[in-house]
Amino acid sequence: MTGTRPLTAPDRVRSPKPRVGFPGLPPWLFLVAALGALFILLPLAAVVTRVDWARFPELVTSESSIAALKLSLTTSAAATALCIVAGTPMALVLARSAFPGQQVLRALVLLPLVLPPVVGGIALLYTFGRQGLLGGTLRALGVEIAFSTTAVVLAQTFVALPFLVLSLEGALRSAGGRYEAVAATLGASPTTVLRRVTIPLVLPGLLSGAVLSFARALGEFGATLTFAGSLQGVTRTLPLEIYLQRETDPDAAVALSLVLVAVAVLVVGLAHRSSAPAVP
Amino acid sequence: MGFALEAAVHARRFDVALSMGDGETLAVLGPNGAGKSTLLALAAGLLRADTGSAELDGRSLFGPRSFLPPHRRGVCLLPQEPLLFPHLSVLDNVAFAPRSAGESRAASRASARGWLAEVEASELADKRPGQLSGGQAQRVAVARALAARPSLLLLDEPLASIDAAAAPGLRRMLRRVLAGRNAVIVTHDLLDALILADTVTVLEEGRVAEAGSTQSVVERPRSSFAAGLAGLNFVPGTSVPSGLVDAAGRRLEAVSENPLPAGIPAAAVFSPRAVSVFPVAPAGSPRNVLRVSVTDLEPHGEFVTVRAGHLSAEISTSAVAELDLVPGSEVWFTVKATAVTLYPL
Amino acid sequence: MPSPATGTGAGRKRLRHRLGGSAVLACALALTGCGGGADPASDGGSGSGTGDTITVFAAASLREVFESLAEDYETRNPGSEVVLNFAGSSDLATQIEAGAPADVFASADAPTMERLAEAGLIDGEPGEFARNRLTIAVPQGNPAGVNGFADLTGVRLVACAPQVPCGAAATRIQEVTGVRLSPVSEESSVTEVLGKVISGEADAGLVYVTDALAAAGEVEAVPIPEAAEVPNSYLIGAVAPNAPEAAREFIDTVTGSAGQALLQEAGFQPPADRP
Repeated sequence: MTGTRPLTAPDRVRSPKPRVGFPGLPPWLFLVAALGALFILLPLAAVVTRVDWARFPELVTSESSIAALKLSLTTSAAATALCIVAGTPMALVLARSAFPGQQVLRALVLLPLVLPPVVGGIALLYTFGRQGLLGGTLRALGVEIAFSTTAVVLAQTFVALPFLVLSLEGALRSAGGRYEAVAATLGASPTTVLRRVTIPLVLPGLLSGAVLSFARALGEFGATLTFAGSLQGVTRTLPLEIYLQRETDPDAAVALSLVLVAVAVLVVGLAHRSSAPAVP
Repeated sequence: MGFALEAAVHARRFDVALSMGDGETLAVLGPNGAGKSTLLALAAGLLRADTGSAELDGRSLFGPRSFLPPHRRGVCLLPQEPLLFPHLSVLDNVAFAPRSAGESRAASRASARGWLAEVEASELADKRPGQLSGGQAQRVAVARALAARPSLLLLDEPLASIDAAAAPGLRRMLRRVLAGRNAVIVTHDLLDALILADTVTVLEEGRVAEAGSTQSVVERPRSSFAAGLAGLNFVPGTSVPSGLVDAAGRRLEAVSENPLPAGIPAAAVFSPRAVSVFPVAPAGSPRNVLRVSVTDLEPHGEFVTVRAGHLSAEISTSAVAELDLVPGSEVWFTVKATAVTLYPL
Repeated sequence: MPSPATGTGAGRKRLRHRLGGSAVLACALALTGCGGGADPASDGGSGSGTGDTITVFAAASLREVFESLAEDYETRNPGSEVVLNFAGSSDLATQIEAGAPADVFASADAPTMERLAEAGLIDGEPGEFARNRLTIAVPQGNPAGVNGFADLTGVRLVACAPQVPCGAAATRIQEVTGVRLSPVSEESSVTEVLGKVISGEADAGLVYVTDALAAAGEVEAVPIPEAAEVPNSYLIGAVAPNAPEAAREFIDTVTGSAGQALLQEAGFQPPADRP
């Protein structure tokens, strides 16, 4: 026994803050909040009311639907992986270092958030396309990107990357650098600090960033349409399939829309659940 | 051998030189913003000095053209908050340093158990940091730091965030583990300095205000901050025969062991308990009489500390009532010449 | 009398929607948060039956011609206003089905018009006013050396998906020629096909003759003789039930000699009942 004192509660280092009663929100705020929620939920409900339930199983299991769903899930997963690989170092550099032009770099990295996706697609075309900046180099290497599944993944990564960078940078900033400083003075090299302290500490932030990226990649439409084209099983993701089905079979489009919503809700829900208790 | 640092950080108006012998513990005292944290950050390698150098056990930590990164210094920082890694168990927290040094998982855990025993916290090994009390967490943090086998241990107010009941046990433990180690301990508490440190350095506004053995600083403070920590009234001035004259021209009679030559910088110190308070000037007293305006009253138990600017008196609660003292009252502090110690600065 | 026309068509409002409301729905569903999405016709200021303002929903390929025709019409009928809304025929039909206040509908294929007619949304019998056919668009210089429909099998070809009119036309040509195509991409609109040819990503694209002509400086056209056998019909009709008289007049402008001249200038062919 340490014999210091009896432990009554697992109090933290600083004495726990008393629960000061929040004076409360003005009642009208709830009304406006409810209206805002309704604005999001009502269109989703509208989709559900339009679903032709009798044909639903048949519509969502058609060959083209299954192909589109599979393609969407695999490309979104690949894009999320790329976002983690490329976005984590970027978030670390933005959050943990200081260099001239950092603010500008941050703004530029976040640009795809506000850019119309079609513009993103055009930009990608001028970069990776046949006539693009890297087109000649890629062709010399025997790589053709346009109209390939790779193009879909690139388009999705382009639009989803800011979500990962943003949420991870936020997590890094709120975690602060104090644990890392202590770890360094304990003899841990920068790589060890990153691996054993930084990443585990911001894992919830990384996870939620990855989920946001996945959801954004799943919904990617404009950049894919412009940059990757649309071919069943190769580049026609679920949103593109919905867009096309709408021409001939609006019921199929509605059914697939519901599938997309369900997948998105599932992913976000699962991630929220798994990340919630991990916050230190 | 030991540790020596001499560095300036212009942006923080910091310019400090200090050194300590091998196996010594140095207490750094000073008011907030004096540069204590800057000093630790410089030693740990978390901050770069504009100019200067530091050496530890004959190795250069930094110099005009060199900078050893934190993880190669063998300088371990124990921050004010324990900052245990929340995602690791207590045992793995303590095993962090040996593991980072390349030891196997089993070996690093074995040595971690040893260090936990050293800080009397073996039974906490399997807990998560979130389950610990403040005192327990600080013990584990000490074990984690010791497990790094640092050449220099930096402690930033290790007892400041611990509640009073847990502090004595932790202080005893620190005294034991710091014995014979190079350590720098930043503290607000003179008691910590007395119990844990061999020497004391007082920082004020980024400069060394005084340095010396703990004993000498406590008995003969050379800065008002150190005097305040020691609970003494401190009046700097210029020596005159049998006393000094302070900056305001007030004369204080004092008894000095070795009479001072007149006209040199000197300090007079006296305990607040030696001060009496009068509502009117006492006539014909052999005492030193200082006219003051009361600024603050601090009751503690049966006594009240009556503060008047830099000076203070400690009198009984009943006396305060009798004198009807409130902040702003004009009173006379008197102190016997024999109660005032005079020494050169 | 209502307010007079304000000069040379300055008071005319044009609503151009390349992507229809469903695209907005699609991206909203995909949690991306697109903006806009208001009913494209609701803010057009038109009311069916006023006689002064008519709202025309026309297939995107008719843009150039219909903009000129509308200007002509307004000049000839001072005080009148033509509000134009261009999009894919299918999108427009969907909007009309959803109650968008259109007075005139011009579609780029027969099935879409029939869909509305069957639903009782077209006043009277819609009439064919032009025909269009597919051609091969290739990037400047024709780098892949495409000289006919049969050459399309060995190149990076972009076509429309069979579900949309231009894709259906391509399917019909394949049936006629017996050449089986395997495009690298099946787009949902001609615009997308043309864009990929212009950018040089595709070696060839199947587009309408009118599209190739409009983009003459950027692409070259390689004719498909067999396409003449399977043309697309462009149909126009007044939207039921309250099409104003002005709607009829506008339709007459399109089918009349001035309209036909402009259409043929743009590369359209005359309808079957005329030489």
